[in-house]
Amino acid sequence: MKISISKVFIFSFVIFSLYVFWQGLNKNNDYDTKSLTGSRISNFHLIEINNEDQYISEKELEKNKFTLINFFASWCAPCRAEHKYLLNLSRENKEIKIIGVNFKDKKINANNFLKELSNPYDFVGKDTDGKTSILFGIYGIPESILVNNELTVIKKIIGPIDQIQYDDILKLTQ
Amino acid sequence: MKLKIFFSIIYFLFLTPLHSDNDKKELLEIYKNLRCLVCQGQSIADSNSDFAATIKLVVQDQLNEGKTEDEIYEFLTSKYGEWIVYQPTFNTNNFLLWTLPYVVLIFGGFVIFLVVRKTKHNKVN
Repeated sequence: MKISISKVFIFSFVIFSLYVFWQGLNKNNDYDTKSLTGSRISNFHLIEINNEDQYISEKELEKNKFTLINFFASWCAPCRAEHKYLLNLSRENKEIKIIGVNFKDKKINANNFLKELSNPYDFVGKDTDGKTSILFGIYGIPESILVNNELTVIKKIIGPIDQIQYDDILKLTQ
Repeated sequence: MKLKIFFSIIYFLFLTPLHSDNDKKELLEIYKNLRCLVCQGQSIADSNSDFAATIKLVVQDQLNEGKTEDEIYEFLTSKYGEWIVYQPTFNTNNFLLWTLPYVVLIFGGFVIFLVVRKTKHNKVN
């Protein structure tokens, strides 16, 4: 039986097109930066919100077994919702140090926010112009990054921490 | 001395604005090739969002530090993934996208060549 080249070509093209469509349909097109889990954080310098002379960098984080870097602001409503989980975490898990990064906020408002809801952070840094957040791949707040002592991102939480995320953090840090 | 002052005036009047215009052009080119991740189909250049404003500041800083356009893209890609640049780099995931048009072009040219040759051959016969 003679098979023409054009028929083979058309058949191959149809199979190829179906494969491309199938791949496209199975691909998750919702953008987030969770895929950056496993990457390493570096070259940051975070100044304390109330003391310009005090700062932390990656060297300080290497001393902690785990560090949760939480980006928050007083004007951010979901940050209020996740605050109770941060408080629980600071009370229940002594292996995790929590670093708060106050994002594009006024110092007085940030201090009032922490006074009102209580302070779960071991260190509160300021990111007045938002440039530090870019170093961590942040594109909206609240966002939290859990890193180990090798500064490798082991979990990235986009949006507020809820019960599921909280349980997951506890599991990952045990 | 007078000559020095004259050249200084010439430099500040003509060369400095030209230099800053070039910088602005370069900045705009970079902004246009960066996607605003929190907007609907807008580039960093088009957007007035908070995120776009911060990215603009970071790009300006990095250019002032002497980083090249490619280094800036590389930095932002390392933080936000390939999605942040409109023109992704050539890699194993997208090599078909880059090469297929050329393959189709060459194949199409070859088919046209065969058809023309066959038509000529038939006419001669």
